[in-house]
Amino acid sequence: MSTPKSTDLGGRALDFVMGIVEAPINGFERLMGRKRMPYLFLAPNLVLFGIFTFLPIAIAVGYAFTGGTGLFVSDRPFVGFDNFRQLLQCEDYLRPGSCRESLFWTAIWNTLWFVGFNVVATLLVALVTALILNRAIAARGFFRAMFFYPVLLSPVVIGLIWKWFLDRNGLLNAFLQMLGVPPEIFLLDVGWSRFFVVVVSVWFHMGFYTLILLAGLQAIPKDLYEAAAIDAASPRRTLFRITLPLLGPNLLVVLILLMIRSVQIFDEAWVLTNGGGPGTANSFIVQYIYQMAFGSDLRLFGLASAASVLMGLVLLALTLIQLRLGRKMES
Amino acid sequence: MSQGLSPIAFLTRTRRPGRIGLTDILSWAWLILGTLAVLVPVVWAGLSSLKPAAEITRFPPTLLPRVAVQQTVPGFDAPLSLWTVNVDGQSREMAMIRRIGLKAQMVDPNNPGTPVSVDVKSMSPVQRLTVATENYTDPLTRFDFLTFLKNSVFVTFVATLLTLIVNALAAFALSKYRFRGEKAIFVLIISTLMIPLTVVMVPAYLVVVGVGLVDSLWGIIIPTIASPTGVFLLRQYMLTIPDELIEAARVDAASEFRIFWRIILPLTAPALAVLAIFSVLWRWNDFLWPLIVLSSRENFTLQVGLNAFQGEFSVQWNYILAMTFLSLAPVTLVFLFLQKYITTGIAGTGMK
Repeated sequence: MSTPKSTDLGGRALDFVMGIVEAPINGFERLMGRKRMPYLFLAPNLVLFGIFTFLPIAIAVGYAFTGGTGLFVSDRPFVGFDNFRQLLQCEDYLRPGSCRESLFWTAIWNTLWFVGFNVVATLLVALVTALILNRAIAARGFFRAMFFYPVLLSPVVIGLIWKWFLDRNGLLNAFLQMLGVPPEIFLLDVGWSRFFVVVVSVWFHMGFYTLILLAGLQAIPKDLYEAAAIDAASPRRTLFRITLPLLGPNLLVVLILLMIRSVQIFDEAWVLTNGGGPGTANSFIVQYIYQMAFGSDLRLFGLASAASVLMGLVLLALTLIQLRLGRKMES
Repeated sequence: MSQGLSPIAFLTRTRRPGRIGLTDILSWAWLILGTLAVLVPVVWAGLSSLKPAAEITRFPPTLLPRVAVQQTVPGFDAPLSLWTVNVDGQSREMAMIRRIGLKAQMVDPNNPGTPVSVDVKSMSPVQRLTVATENYTDPLTRFDFLTFLKNSVFVTFVATLLTLIVNALAAFALSKYRFRGEKAIFVLIISTLMIPLTVVMVPAYLVVVGVGLVDSLWGIIIPTIASPTGVFLLRQYMLTIPDELIEAARVDAASEFRIFWRIILPLTAPALAVLAIFSVLWRWNDFLWPLIVLSSRENFTLQVGLNAFQGEFSVQWNYILAMTFLSLAPVTLVFLFLQKYITTGIAGTGMK
C-alpha cells in the first residue's frame, strides 16, 4: 500500500518515528510469518498483566503464609496458617476488643455497617433518581449530567471539599446556627462522622448507578406502558407490576456491584476522617491492610496479605454471583 | 432535547400536557434538591478558596469572599480598619483606633484630631469583595505544588498515550485474527477485571520494588497501562470494522503493523477517544496506588501532594481549597465538553 505522505511538520515527524518503530516489527513478520503477528501484538499487554496482576496474586498467597518483616518472599520464614490464625483468633467476634487482632475486627465491623447503610442508601437514591429521570421531564439531560458530575472527581478532592463543608466554621454549621442549633464538630463525633462517610459515599457514587439503572429502564419496551395506560392502571400499579419486575435483574447486578465497591471503601473516607478517625470509628478493611503493610514501621506484609486474601475471597464470591446473574439476564 | 420550546412550555412540560400532578412536583423537588446537594459543597469550597487567610475561618462565614477595608490615617503608624458607625442617628465611615470592652475609640479619617467613643453594637465592618489570588499563586511558588502539578500532568499524559497504544494492539489481535489460544487469552485479560487493586496492592508493591520502579513516576505509569476495560472497549469497536478493508490492504502488500497503524487505528478513533477520556480521569484522580509507590516529596502527584499538605497544614484551608480547585478544574472542563462521550461510554460498558 502506498503511504500518503503527510505534508505538515507534525505528521512528517510522526511518519519518521513510525518508520523506525515499524522496521523491526515488519522484520518479525517476514521472519515468523503473518500467523504469528497477533502474538506479537498481544505481547506488551500480556507481559504487563503477567508482571503486575498475575504475579502479585501468586506472591500474595506466598506472603500470607510467611512471617517476619523481610520484603522478598525468599527472606521470609514460612509460618503456615499463623497469619490467618492471628487474624481470626477471637473470643467473641461481636466484641473486637476480645480478638487478638482487635483492629482487624474493628475494621470488619465498621466495613459491614458501612456496606449495609451505603448499599441501601445508594440503591434507593439512585433508583428514585433513575425513575424520575426516566419520565418525560424537562431538562433531563442537564439533571443526568449534574448527578453524574461527582463520579468524575478525585476521592481526595471530594474528601477535602466535604471536610471543609462540615468544618467547625463550615457552611453546614453556619446554616444550623441560622436555625438556632449550636455548632457541632461533625467529624470528631463517632456517630456523625460515620453518618457523613455514608452521605459522602452516596454523593460521590450515586450518579454512576443512576446511569446504569436508567439504561435498564429505557430498555423496557414502551408498548407495555401503553397497554397499562389503556387498562387505566394506576401509576403505583405500573411501577410495581411492570417497571420494578422488569428492572429486577438490573437492580441485582447494581446491588452486587455496589457491595463489591463498598467493601473496598478507602480513599475518600481516609481523607475525610483523617485516617479513620475519630479513634478507629471509620477504619475499614482496606485501611487496615494499608496500615499493616505501609502505614507503620512494622511492615507486616504477611498479616496484610492474609487479610487481603480473605477480602479477595469475599470479593471473588460476590463477583461470581454477579457473573451468574449477568448470564441469567442475557438468556 | 427540547429545542424550539418556549421557556414556559419547557419548564411545565409533563407527560400529560396541561396538568401538573403531585408526582411532577415531587419529581422536580427531588431533582432540584439533588442538584443543590451536588453543587453547594463544591461551590462553597470554590468561593472559600478565594477568601484571604484572615477571612476564611470567620464564623458565621460570608458567602462571597470579602475582606475588611483598611486605611492609613495621618498620625497612626499601622493602617486602621474602617467601620460603618451610627453617631447621633447618622451613619458615617470611621477608622477604629482601639477597642475597650463594649466601647471602641473611633476617628474620622478626614479629621484625625478628634477621636470619639462609640458603642461596639452600633458599628459594622466595611468590607469589599476580594479575590485572594495569593491562595493560588503561593502554593505554586512557595510550596511544591508546581512539582506535584507537573508530575500529575506527566503521569496522566504518558500513561494515557501508552494505554491507548498497548490496548489497541491487543484489541487488534483479538478482533482481527484467528489463532490458537485466542479465546483463552481474551478470557484471561477480562478476568483481571475481577482483581481489584486493593487485594493485590501489597504484593504489587513488592513487584514494583523488585523491578526498581519504587518511588518513581514510572512505577505508577507502567503497572496501570494494560487495562481490561480498554481491551474490551476497543475490541468490541474493532469487531465492527469490515475485514474486507484489511484483505484489500494485504493485496496491496501492506505489512500487518501498517494495517493497524494506517487503517484500524484511524477507524477506531471514537472508541479511542472514550478510552482516552477515561484514562485521563483515572490517572489524574488516582490516589491509593501513588500513595503506596511514591515516598519522596518531589515525586508526589497532585492527589498525594494534596493529602500530604492537608496533614501538615491543617489550618491553612485557603491554600488547601485553592489547590483542591486546581485539581478539580481539568476534570470539570473534560466533563463540560465531553459529557456525552463519558455517559454513553459508561452506559455501554458498565464500567468506570
